[in-house]
Amino acid sequence: MINLNYYPGCTLKTKAKNFEDSAIASMSALGIALIELPRWNCCGASYCLAEDDLIHQVAPVRNLIRVKSQESRVESQGEGDSRLQTPDSRLLKVVTLCPFCYNTLKRANLIVRNDPGKRDTLNSFMDEEIDYHGEVETVHLLEVLRDDVGWEAIAKKVKVPLEGLIVAPYYGCTLIRPREIAIDNVERPTVLHRLMETLGATVVDFPFATECCGSFQSVSNPELAAETAWNILTLAQRQGAEALVLSCPLCEYNLGFQQKLIRRRHGEFKGIPTPYFTQLLALALGLESCGFDRGYTDSRALLQSKGLLS
Amino acid sequence: MRIELTPEKLHGSFVVKVEEISGQDLLSCYQCGKCSAGCPMSFAMDILPNQIIRLAQLGMEAEIAESKAIWLCATCITCIARCPRGCDLSRVIEALRLLTLRKNADAIEPSRIPAETLAELPQIALVSCFRKFTA
Repeated sequence: MINLNYYPGCTLKTKAKNFEDSAIASMSALGIALIELPRWNCCGASYCLAEDDLIHQVAPVRNLIRVKSQESRVESQGEGDSRLQTPDSRLLKVVTLCPFCYNTLKRANLIVRNDPGKRDTLNSFMDEEIDYHGEVETVHLLEVLRDDVGWEAIAKKVKVPLEGLIVAPYYGCTLIRPREIAIDNVERPTVLHRLMETLGATVVDFPFATECCGSFQSVSNPELAAETAWNILTLAQRQGAEALVLSCPLCEYNLGFQQKLIRRRHGEFKGIPTPYFTQLLALALGLESCGFDRGYTDSRALLQSKGLLS
Repeated sequence: MRIELTPEKLHGSFVVKVEEISGQDLLSCYQCGKCSAGCPMSFAMDILPNQIIRLAQLGMEAEIAESKAIWLCATCITCIARCPRGCDLSRVIEALRLLTLRKNADAIEPSRIPAETLAELPQIALVSCFRKFTA
């Protein structure tokens, strides 16, 4: 078993517990233990875009410093060798599931790496922490599956191929934009496509796979966000998708929970399940902890009709 | 729309502040409209994304302040992913929002969010929304 530092973030512990549970169980079955970072704090969720505002970078950077201090503790105990290392062995690695956390941690780290002045200010502000120079590499679980585990190794572990299930992968925004932190091609990502194919599902492409779901506008302008979500869901359905595969808890709220609001606005709209990719991964690996009973939408009837779930 | 240009507006403190907070050169934009074409929220905006940046270039502070458009941006970053000039509109819009928020004026009132909505919203939605829309 290989250990990998894991930063959960707030939503994974509450609204998206099914995302976390299915991910931890799946990774364990694939030989990787996700080790939760001790004393992590909120990453700030949405990256601060103001040049003159460093205080909002403290929260994400503090988490990265925790990874660094955690790693130095592990190394001093002589367990350093078993940790999953990036190709550049000087870099330490932390994995996220939540795309908002991925985006915020990764972009905050770019400031530390690229702007020595801001780096010094942050380091002197956080005077109780060890100095940080951008050593930690934040990765998303999809990158670990693609680059470290590999599709072939995953395919070998599939016990319940998702045969007959037609899915549309949906990427949203924060994993692939901006370009500097993208886990895949900005305009035409394929990593979720490849994962779903590996699990045996039939994948359909649709033009809104990278279109914003409305994000936090669902708090300030719920009806507007519901309109963008309706566009995405109906376009996927028109391509024949039976489920929209997600990687983000906010996408699941906008595209899943808000289907109630969409139905009120568009009477003809028929619902569509919105499982996380990790739930389908856990299902295909033959695991119990899929968490299909806890989503904003219910995928169970669809999966039962395909004979994939009892 | 009738626009009155003055040297005071074009070179005034508003343009300087927007450029300083956003870190962007406003005049790098040549108004191709790619941002407006790809914006998932432009259908609901009173002025389009490329018009926001045009008004900012010309120092039209009042016109931007009257518009709702900057409060409809969800920071999805599609505009900058496609901008041929590398002008980061998401940062310009953030700067424009901050000029209001830094006067201690909230753009949303958290207490008006219905309790049943609060019970269902993921934290990342609330934290992001408050970060972008409250002082």
